[in-house]
Amino acid sequence: MRYLPLSDTDRSEMLDTVGVASVDDLFVDVPKSAQQGVSFDLPSHASEMEVEKIMSSMAAKNISAGSVPFFLGAGAYKHHVPATVDHLIQRGEFLTAYTPYQPEISQGTLQCLFEFQTQVAQLTGMDVANASLYDGSTGCGEAVLMSRRVTRRKNAFLSGNLHGHYGDVAKTLTSFTDDNVESLSPTPHDAKADIDALMALVDKDTSCVVVQNPNVFGEVLDLTPLAEKLHENGALLVVVVTEVISLGAIKSPGEMGADIVVGEGQSIGNGLNFGGPYLGLFATRQKFLRQMPGRLCGETEDATGKRGYVLTLSTREQHIRREKATSNICTNSGLCALAFTIHMTLLGEAGFRALAKLNHKHTVDLKAALGKVSDVEVLSNSFFNELAVVLPQPATEVVEALAAKEILAGVPASRLFPNADGLDNILLMAATECVSESDIAALVTALWEVLS
Amino acid sequence: MMNRQGRPSQPEKNAPNKGIQTSTGNYGLDIEEPLSYELGNIHTSGVDLPSCGEFESSLGGLERNSDIGIAGLSEPEVLRHYTRLSRKNYAIDMGLYPLGSCTMKHNPRLNEKMARLAGFADIHPLQPQSTVQGALQVMDTLSHWLKELTGMPAVSMSPKAGAHGELCGLMAIRAAHEAAGNPREYVLVPESAHGTNPATATLCGYKVKTIPAEADGRVHAALLKEYLDENCAAIMLTNPNTCGLFEREIIEIADAVHEVGALFYCDGANFNAIMGRVRPGDLGIDAMHLNLHKTFSTPHGGGGPGSGPVVFSERVAPYMPVPLLENDADLALVEGMDVPNSIGRLTAFHGQMGMFTRALTYMLSHGADGLKQASDDAVLSANYIMASLQDVMSVSFEGPCMHEVLFDDRFLKDRGVSTLDFAKAMIDEGFHPMTMYFPLVVHGAMLIEPTESESKASLDQFITSLRSLAEATKQDDVTRFTGAPHFAPLQRLDETAAARSPILKWTPKAE
Repeated sequence: MRYLPLSDTDRSEMLDTVGVASVDDLFVDVPKSAQQGVSFDLPSHASEMEVEKIMSSMAAKNISAGSVPFFLGAGAYKHHVPATVDHLIQRGEFLTAYTPYQPEISQGTLQCLFEFQTQVAQLTGMDVANASLYDGSTGCGEAVLMSRRVTRRKNAFLSGNLHGHYGDVAKTLTSFTDDNVESLSPTPHDAKADIDALMALVDKDTSCVVVQNPNVFGEVLDLTPLAEKLHENGALLVVVVTEVISLGAIKSPGEMGADIVVGEGQSIGNGLNFGGPYLGLFATRQKFLRQMPGRLCGETEDATGKRGYVLTLSTREQHIRREKATSNICTNSGLCALAFTIHMTLLGEAGFRALAKLNHKHTVDLKAALGKVSDVEVLSNSFFNELAVVLPQPATEVVEALAAKEILAGVPASRLFPNADGLDNILLMAATECVSESDIAALVTALWEVLS
Repeated sequence: MMNRQGRPSQPEKNAPNKGIQTSTGNYGLDIEEPLSYELGNIHTSGVDLPSCGEFESSLGGLERNSDIGIAGLSEPEVLRHYTRLSRKNYAIDMGLYPLGSCTMKHNPRLNEKMARLAGFADIHPLQPQSTVQGALQVMDTLSHWLKELTGMPAVSMSPKAGAHGELCGLMAIRAAHEAAGNPREYVLVPESAHGTNPATATLCGYKVKTIPAEADGRVHAALLKEYLDENCAAIMLTNPNTCGLFEREIIEIADAVHEVGALFYCDGANFNAIMGRVRPGDLGIDAMHLNLHKTFSTPHGGGGPGSGPVVFSERVAPYMPVPLLENDADLALVEGMDVPNSIGRLTAFHGQMGMFTRALTYMLSHGADGLKQASDDAVLSANYIMASLQDVMSVSFEGPCMHEVLFDDRFLKDRGVSTLDFAKAMIDEGFHPMTMYFPLVVHGAMLIEPTESESKASLDQFITSLRSLAEATKQDDVTRFTGAPHFAPLQRLDETAAARSPILKWTPKAE
């Protein structure tokens, strides 16, 4: 087996040193009854060529985003990742290192995390960011838990226009804690109605309100009045950003008064990967620092006075605090954070803003093109790179019919909110920098055919 | 508290680089590298994007007008900056990485190549299911491997890492108890457990009761019974445990747990010792996570991402999170959402697909025979290290051990050298230190896991090095240890100062 360096001669020499006759003798503590008659319905080892063939044949059954006109968003986005990013994250020194618990020989990872935390804090407009969580949705649940720790209150309200899966995850994570988490119903036709309803619910027992911006229907919101109302009541505003590139165009959550910002960082540096691994961004205000979940990287000096970086404030974490930790998270999304950092440094502020502008432009173009298809109504007025579209037929059927024409048109809203009423005909669409004029033209042509 | 004994102190000042000062601050290949923020500026970009000209925006008057502050570099500068930084890391690709309970094994590059096939890397989680049958097939095939290897009837692929898997398993256990009418009150956790175990129990609304370790490093059914009553929801036990030992009485433990109506969660972090030899399903386990980033070779990536699928017994399976994989009438694989007793959704999408493709590639490469051989070699290598060092270091528990071997600091008694000093001296020898001060059950723990990826020559060099270090602790002058590492990019870092007044991001220097 090509991955196992020991030869039979090595093994027998090592057994001699250990003083046993066979490797079976090393398993004396394993109950005999459990070792007997064990067999597996699994194949034997295979060459690299054979494995490539099996895996490639499965890959070939999928339609990849880059091979067709592609308009899906809703929490995962098709963006171009520069070749340099993927090359650098495959350097063995980054790829095959463990969590940087030995800072003297982990400065590469640690300095990258420090750059990452700086970038995330700047993007979100917050004071501090952690070194990543699993993804945006689990971060959303962590934000609800953190709000309870900060406010010592139990009632959290989730906007109806928060990504349905994010709301589900937050509720699952708080199933067995003391939190009361209430979700409103989606309001695809009226984003303001959702905010008004949230404002009406806030009182002195509220721990936090969770709002997505742009919301799941693509609408961009000014959250300042909601933040003010929450702060008057001693509660926190949690802002969820599923499309981090929007932060290159829209006022940051920090500028709108957010107390915790949760983001999905996949759009920068990371591919679609069928939903994972992704990158949870988590940022907050300085005064809530010690209630944060997840690892933090901090600056310090070594014994000679040279600047260096270490994991810090670990007294919040499970490996020190055990049952009193702020979260049970250990492994996070380190390599995805590295990809984010490298891509962001390649872009720089100028490139990042240009990228955001390009996304917005393509979505403005998409809206204009859809406006010409009869019986199709675009709901979104203020948007970044996502639109909610009302079709004259159930969106699921239209999406399937378009997929048969090799066009991946969007995500039916009902897939995110299977229990909500009135969403069957709504399609969620996104147009990133990867969408071309001809993609939009092909979509419009195919839509005419499918809807006629 | 774990990992704190003897932990960093404010280090002594050492003279750098034999008194030679270079003008750059670089020393040969040891190159100083500033932050991207100190090298670049907000106007530079390493990316060319098509210009989109002027157009009427629809941002609702919410444009971001003030500078964000992100520093950019040109492409060559980016390549150099991050390459230089990478060289300040230790990695499996560079040498033996003996972190106990972390399973730092070889990360095959075929895994990376397969994960990057466009059919896996460039598909959206919410595409029509007819367009992602191959991806669902990967999940289904991997599920089959995991169920076969563990002898368990069901698996959830959702969890994003080991701790997330623990949460998945323990939440399902709680849901099973609630369905039976009583969630119960506490979870039993041995003293030697990973910190994630008690942290997870808290998230599930349980109190934690700690079972002390016994003299042989194991949990004994007789003592366990004293802690068990009908208020116990579950035991969380790592097997092989974090002392590197197989829990001999595991079947009796499972019986005792089940007798009071409690359930058995097994932390599968150490599954690398027993692949293809014994199936947890035959040991009475109700739920167990597997760390694909440990046992099945997906890279640790400097802290993640991981992947922590959980296998379940029939008793707990009905409470698994959604989505689950199902076959529909046309034999196509579909995302099953109709799980009436499910704990709900644990993550936005399907789990760590990028890790699934890598782990499956690894499994297909090994086959069932190769996986068993890998476990055998991992266990043999750990025992070889134990046998080769037991006369100069203090082995905590009598062998044979499983895939890792635990030492403590008795051999350092009265020598002025702590476990931390000893471990840092290993850095000067060209090795990553072992896991230190964990598990908590022995003083100054040093937990060594070589994995199956090391050649005998590599193991011998490691053994020779540790023997020489153990000898060197007997000398009068131990500054070799107390000042270690002497030859790393940095010397010991002041962690106390870092925590006292945290600096967590770069800020522009005041003019």
